[in-house]
Amino acid sequence: MSVLVNEKTRLLVQGFTGREGTFHTQQMIEYGTNVVGGVTPGKGSTKHLERPVFNTVADAAKATGANASVIFVPPPYAADAILEAADSEIPLVICITEGIPALDMVRVAATVDFKKTRLIGPNCPGIISPGKCKIGIMPGRIHKQGNVGVVSRSGTLTYEAVDQLTKLGIGQSTCIGIGGDPIIGTSFLDAIQFFNDDPDTHAIILIGEIGGNTEERAAEWIKVNVKKPVVGFIAGQTAPPGRRMGHAGAIISGGQGTAKDKYAAMAAAGIHTVESPADIGSTVAAALKS
Amino acid sequence: MKIHEYQAKAILARYGVTTPRGEVAFTKEEAREAAQRLKSNICVVKAQIHAGGRGKAGGVKLARSSDEAADIASHILGMKLVTPQTGPAGRIVKRVLVEEGLDIKRELYLGLLVDRAIGRVVLMASAAGGMEIEEVAKNNPSAILREAIHPAVGLQLYQARKIAFGLGLPVEVVNQSVPFLQALYRAFIDTDASLLEINPSVVIGDGKLVALDAKMTFDDNALFRHKELRELRDLDEEDPLEVEASKYGLNYIKLEGSVACMVNGAGLAMATMDIIKYAGGSPANFLDVGGGASADQVKNAFRILMSDPAVKAVFINIFGGILRCDVLATGVVAAAKDLQLKVPVVVRMEGTNVELGQQILRDSGLNFTIANGMKDGAQKVVALAGGAR
Repeated sequence: MSVLVNEKTRLLVQGFTGREGTFHTQQMIEYGTNVVGGVTPGKGSTKHLERPVFNTVADAAKATGANASVIFVPPPYAADAILEAADSEIPLVICITEGIPALDMVRVAATVDFKKTRLIGPNCPGIISPGKCKIGIMPGRIHKQGNVGVVSRSGTLTYEAVDQLTKLGIGQSTCIGIGGDPIIGTSFLDAIQFFNDDPDTHAIILIGEIGGNTEERAAEWIKVNVKKPVVGFIAGQTAPPGRRMGHAGAIISGGQGTAKDKYAAMAAAGIHTVESPADIGSTVAAALKS
Repeated sequence: MKIHEYQAKAILARYGVTTPRGEVAFTKEEAREAAQRLKSNICVVKAQIHAGGRGKAGGVKLARSSDEAADIASHILGMKLVTPQTGPAGRIVKRVLVEEGLDIKRELYLGLLVDRAIGRVVLMASAAGGMEIEEVAKNNPSAILREAIHPAVGLQLYQARKIAFGLGLPVEVVNQSVPFLQALYRAFIDTDASLLEINPSVVIGDGKLVALDAKMTFDDNALFRHKELRELRDLDEEDPLEVEASKYGLNYIKLEGSVACMVNGAGLAMATMDIIKYAGGSPANFLDVGGGASADQVKNAFRILMSDPAVKAVFINIFGGILRCDVLATGVVAAAKDLQLKVPVVVRMEGTNVELGQQILRDSGLNFTIANGMKDGAQKVVALAGGAR
């Protein structure tokens, strides 16, 4: 089993015919993801990558029976793309786009019923269930099918962790990139709950970073509810306060959101904390043995 | 993006927020003329820098005549202000705001920000005006009043009244506060602000509510739709290397250490800084070259890293997913030849075409150290930078 995506996922691509959309759709198809079509307003009734193109998500959803959508639309229009997917009640929407204005996401968060439409991202690498379905921009070949669930706010740092696991022969059930923005659809807590309920996920890696307090909130829940081993790493132990470290959400403001606080919360919850990013894989290996 | 107090006040005034009369001055003479035009018994000369704590550092002074205002301005202009927010390097003051002095009866804190936990804009207020809100939050959190605002309906009248009565304001002031707070909210939304603070907002002798100070920060991601705000950017307030990096779409933040790093992806870039520290060194910067860095970007990134005289060694840590290692290696070699690198460079690459990339580095005739993994790379670069400290 896996979480949220699997062989039955029928994927739409919003921003299908653009440069990013085209490149990553090719990669997803190569990986074996069932891409059933795409949306580019004004290019309806044409074909792209041998798949139908539609003008609206409503048309696309009706014609293809898609149950997931991935968004590669540029930042000025990406919030609108999320709202359009939600309006068609697509159950799973993954927004890759980086750089969406925060107030656009405030409007999305106030409008979308996240119980009907699960949003992953924005500003994320996507989600992958190795060997079954890849939605997003992560390099598929570093992954290996298995039993570790990975949830992270970062892209390349997740690849680093996954690569360490795979080289140790440890596969992954599902890897979820929840995104580096301050306002996102799926939180650490949501992802941890999915992994906790998934019988094929035997251990969980939580890769957080400075800013906000969602790692702390997940840790509180883990302390009470999770029996599986959880390994945690926080990026930004050396980040100066008040500076935005690349990700819009990675900022220590008013003394809040420090790596130190997050490590303390994780340790208090019985999470195996890792201080060096080079030790994530080996810590999981040790946790799985014990 | 941050702007100066006088710029924020000009924006707020357009929305109907009452601000003190005043003018910005770049020279002593401009300050004198501004003070003369104010025709106020007392005026205030305020240093304009993008950091708080100016008053305590000596950047805000009262003047009783236009001559005195000119003298104070000549003293403040060009002075280096060091406040807790500027760091030890401080900031050189290049402009001052000359304002009318007011008869202050009460000071309040008013602020708006995007609350990431609830995904809403929140209005915050406290009767402890003039104090840092973080201090109030730490010592007396119940003294902060908060109203979350639904984006579809905006700040409602009742919410503004709740805040105003909650601050213990007399009815006349409450009545003024409602349009005042709504104007702040409109300004916040229209400009895609990420932070708006009026600290303090003051009640003056005749009972009027005035924004005595103003701080606005805008969402960088929304600047594409605010040409007029982009023009308010003051490059003197930013680190010159960071300004240079931003021209090439590079995300660079200068730090105090001696090990420069070049990484793709923000999370991995932070983790690379962390592992340098873990290996006993100290990172000279944060640098995210992005997922699809071109050879040209790599070269510019290198040039910027090398302009920092504190740098003793460079650590390149790339996890090539989409970015192929051979492309990266070609860019690194070209840049290194072009810039005649004088410090050791450690390269750690992983991902697509890694063997080919490493071969290109070995065949270059340049003295690259190839690392096997992040840990090995960090240890090697720290040793080359002069060892652990």
